[in-house]
Amino acid sequence: MTSTTPPQTSDEWLQQYRQHLKPEFHDEMWSGEQLSIKPAWQPLIQQLNSLSPSAFHKPRLEAKRLLQENGTTYNVHSQANQSLRSWQLDPLPLVLAENEWQNLERGLQQRALLFDCILQDLYGERRLLKQNVIPPELVFAHPGFQRPCDQVRLALSHQLMHFAVDIARGADGQFWVLADRAQNPSGAGYALECRMIMNRIIPEAMRSITVHRLYHFFQSWRNGLQALVSQHSDEARIVVLTPGPDNDTYYEHAYLATYLGYPLVQGDDLTVRDGKVWLKSLAGLQRVDIILRKTDDLSCDPLELQQDSQQGVPGLLQAVRNQTVAINNPLGSSILENPGLLAFLPAIAKNLLGETLQLPAVGTWWCGQKPALEHVLTNFEKLVIKPIFGNGSCYYPALMTAEEQQQLKDKIKQMPYFYVGQQQPQLATTPTLINDELLPRYYQLRTFLVAEGGSYVALPGGLTRIANNNEGWFQWQTNGGISKDTWILSHEVDRPIRLQPMAPGGVAVQSYEGILPSRAAESLFWVGRYIERAEGSSRLLRTIMDHINNQDEFASEADQQCLYVLLTGLTVMTNTLPGFTGEDTKQKCKQPNPELISLVRDSERVGSLAQVLAAFLHASFSVRDLWSSDTWRTIDDIDDILGQLYCPPTDLGDLQSCLDELITTIMAFTGLTAESMPHESGWYLFDLGRRIERSLLQISLTQSCFSQGLDDTVEHLLQEALLVNNESLITHRRRYRSLQQMENTLALLILDETNPRALAYQIYRIQRLIDHLPHRHQQREYSAEQRIILATATRLRLATANMLAQRGEDGQLHVLIELLEACNSNLLELANTLHHTYFSHTEQAQQLTSMSAEIAMPNEVNV
Amino acid sequence: MNTFRITHTTRYVYTDPVSRCHNEARMSPMNLPHQTCAFSKVHVSPSPRSSFQRIDYFGNNVFSFDIHQQHQELTISVISEVAIDKPCSLSLENSLPWDQFTEHLEQANKHQQLMVHEFILPSPQIPQSASAKDYALSSFTPGRPLLDAVNDLTHRIYNDFKYEPGFSSLSTPLETVIEHRKGVCQDFAHLAIACLRSMGLPAMYVSGYLETDPPPGKPKLTGADASHAWLNVFIPEHGWQGFDPTNNQMANERYIVVAQGRDYADVTPLKGVVYGGGHHHLTVQVDVTRTHSHTFN
Repeated sequence: MTSTTPPQTSDEWLQQYRQHLKPEFHDEMWSGEQLSIKPAWQPLIQQLNSLSPSAFHKPRLEAKRLLQENGTTYNVHSQANQSLRSWQLDPLPLVLAENEWQNLERGLQQRALLFDCILQDLYGERRLLKQNVIPPELVFAHPGFQRPCDQVRLALSHQLMHFAVDIARGADGQFWVLADRAQNPSGAGYALECRMIMNRIIPEAMRSITVHRLYHFFQSWRNGLQALVSQHSDEARIVVLTPGPDNDTYYEHAYLATYLGYPLVQGDDLTVRDGKVWLKSLAGLQRVDIILRKTDDLSCDPLELQQDSQQGVPGLLQAVRNQTVAINNPLGSSILENPGLLAFLPAIAKNLLGETLQLPAVGTWWCGQKPALEHVLTNFEKLVIKPIFGNGSCYYPALMTAEEQQQLKDKIKQMPYFYVGQQQPQLATTPTLINDELLPRYYQLRTFLVAEGGSYVALPGGLTRIANNNEGWFQWQTNGGISKDTWILSHEVDRPIRLQPMAPGGVAVQSYEGILPSRAAESLFWVGRYIERAEGSSRLLRTIMDHINNQDEFASEADQQCLYVLLTGLTVMTNTLPGFTGEDTKQKCKQPNPELISLVRDSERVGSLAQVLAAFLHASFSVRDLWSSDTWRTIDDIDDILGQLYCPPTDLGDLQSCLDELITTIMAFTGLTAESMPHESGWYLFDLGRRIERSLLQISLTQSCFSQGLDDTVEHLLQEALLVNNESLITHRRRYRSLQQMENTLALLILDETNPRALAYQIYRIQRLIDHLPHRHQQREYSAEQRIILATATRLRLATANMLAQRGEDGQLHVLIELLEACNSNLLELANTLHHTYFSHTEQAQQLTSMSAEIAMPNEVNV
Repeated sequence: MNTFRITHTTRYVYTDPVSRCHNEARMSPMNLPHQTCAFSKVHVSPSPRSSFQRIDYFGNNVFSFDIHQQHQELTISVISEVAIDKPCSLSLENSLPWDQFTEHLEQANKHQQLMVHEFILPSPQIPQSASAKDYALSSFTPGRPLLDAVNDLTHRIYNDFKYEPGFSSLSTPLETVIEHRKGVCQDFAHLAIACLRSMGLPAMYVSGYLETDPPPGKPKLTGADASHAWLNVFIPEHGWQGFDPTNNQMANERYIVVAQGRDYADVTPLKGVVYGGGHHHLTVQVDVTRTHSHTFN
């Protein structure tokens, strides 16, 4: 219990909040001399008539759960023990009145138009430089000024298609621009996600308060993109280009791609040929017309831009130059993310638009000019210092030692044109829930605009982020931290549009149905293989633990031998040699627990359950856009269980229940996949991966059990263990009563086409799946894959249980072993062939440079 | 006026097959007030799937191409014919003082005035360098005529630095060259540019060829020539003037300009992204032959 009594009613709560407000501050909720609640907030407060910590307790937990389940985390790339930096959503939104927003919106639209003009000018005529409106160093010294992009244009009046502006309200109530984001602004997807979650956690409030909806914006975005294709083209293919799962905002890339309905691709998925861009898909090369990029300028083309980029597409810029592909935002737009421009914007607006700049930016001094440099150096501690290029990095002289300050000053004096000094304005606060307390917090709002039909459309809302402290110099976390939904009140309900209407006179966009990037196909194949490998290992581990638990002093020699065979089988199946093989096998089998626990949790060990699960998660994350939200939830559950496995209970019983849960979750995942993923190329490959892996595991385990010619009792126990392991014991009993013979066991586990755990079932299924895959050469003959699987299936079909159970004079099951070996090598060959036929096997790219210029020795030249 | 025929053949032999490559060549001489490129033909083997020609930001001719057939050998040959006027003679002593450069910039045209700023700032391969400034200082005494100062700098680099092929590579930083006092023509050009920029003067990297004479009494050997690099400095009343620190002279009608930029990165004769290939072996053969020599009064 805290010393003060927590407020019970919303009134008490609001009053307590009021006491936290400092008089000179501007607060979003309270205003005026008399401090009253602003009208814009009234509906929300009425709705939440018990605005109290307890009323928000549930929504807050729910928001947390949803964010986690949706995988809405920055930097998820889930490395073994590394905890995820999660993203928090405050259920209390930022509320803005409609008229206030309309003013702001006009300012933002003007700004987007202005930045579009700047972009066009800097890569076009450069009148701004020629007429001395901005100093040349501001452009020439900025690494974002990409000279190869000079004179390159989209075939459209607007070049800047998507723009974001970070704004904050000053203590005077006026909105100020803090920064502009132009090359591939992130956050619109998060804003959408925030809204979706708000709809879930406070549905009543969302229903009864008329707030501007967000989907019109995304519709405009789609329309704007479609308009990028020349009117004559009758098909437009759009892709979202991402740097990949290692990127901080990869989740958003996948989220947007899914929401907008475009394939998510990485640089390797694209290739330039004949001056055009192509997507390497399962069905061959497919033309790409429009690229919505989430990759930085410099990384987009290793030929013309940054040479060591691994994420780009060589030749892309030439294709853009040829106007055979439109990229958005245009390459080179990072020149606009230049804080130095802020100092000249009013003049630029006059020059390019003939207008007065509506939205002011925080006071900015570009050090490239003497008086500004003097000002910055004199007022050093009152300012934030930013390089003109540096991805939002900044220095706070006020927080530095005198020595550090001097070092920074020296750096500035050396290259003054590379720095700006910026005022830190007194900002407005907004009520925020911090540990069950309602506290005033500084915020900044990222707003978004897209170009549609000659003008800019603003997202009515945005992503509100909360400063991580409330004193003096505050730093914004670029990633993670607390976010809020942003509500723009509306006097009427926005008309919902759910389905994509055809833009008048627009171009029909051909869907990418069935077109799967080869890389995504490969990931899905591996997701299938890993999930099956995880299931197979878990099942065998569980079977083995059962056996260990049942061993007591009465355990027979046969029981023990059966356990040893299973343990060896585990080592072989998971390929974790030496494990339970080698010289000290006996000793290890007597004390199996340490090795078993290592096989469960040691993520560094290839073949351990933890490693396989981590590989599964990584592969699934790399095709994040292809999973339904329910499926993703089960993936998230698997991630949770992996977390539990890292610290497994020493008690095998607890570990067993953990494995039970894992197996059920895996089954939920595979079941959901089968029910929610369209049964087309992607799913075929996923299922192929599973079936191939399941066959291989089963072959391996059957070989381990029956290739040694053990005595009848042990073999009998092993048959039972295998039946249990494959969930087939009940079927076996029902069919064959208790007559457990090798022949019956093999019939059920190897040859039975109706038993989903039998080898034959997998093989016939693989056969059908392969028939469904797109075959590149439409010839009247079987493909290599078809031939391999046909040979395997035929061999199985021709076998009988009686034949398989026959023993040679040495008591060995020669026919069985031979069949299994043949199946095994065929399946490995099949996997290999699939790999070559369907997956993008990009070789290592290297840079070619010509020899350094050299001339014959100078003294040979007659001067 | 001199007329030259230049053949420049670059050949890559790879240890492993290359499945595809994307390349960009800046090997066709540019047109300049004193230089006319009558023709330039690029031939690539194996033949490219597609190729494009353009003029880049700095006015250089760019030939880009991609090859999608498997190959283990790549040959790029460029044959060009270039006519070069004899430069008007400049008086070293009569040029304006280097430290009044900014005041006299108004004499240049608008475009030049703007572009001069491109060449004063540090560039990707020529970062700001305190040691280059230290080295430059003794040539730039107050009031000294600009051309005279640059000439002196050229002369000092020629005397102080040893021409040593193999010491430096494309990635050798300027600081290493300054420290060890050796390098090749592109290092000397980079160094001179760094010195000039440290004094606030605009300097441009030039790649091209220099007509060479065989050693006395010997015939000129085929392929004995090579690419060369030097620099241009901007003289407000005159325009860009070439200096060659490797050969201790001003550029004349024997210097054939191929491309110009802020540093080597802007004018790289051939760059590319290659898939596969393993290691490669590179051979370059350059021949510069004089086809005509006219003298005008």
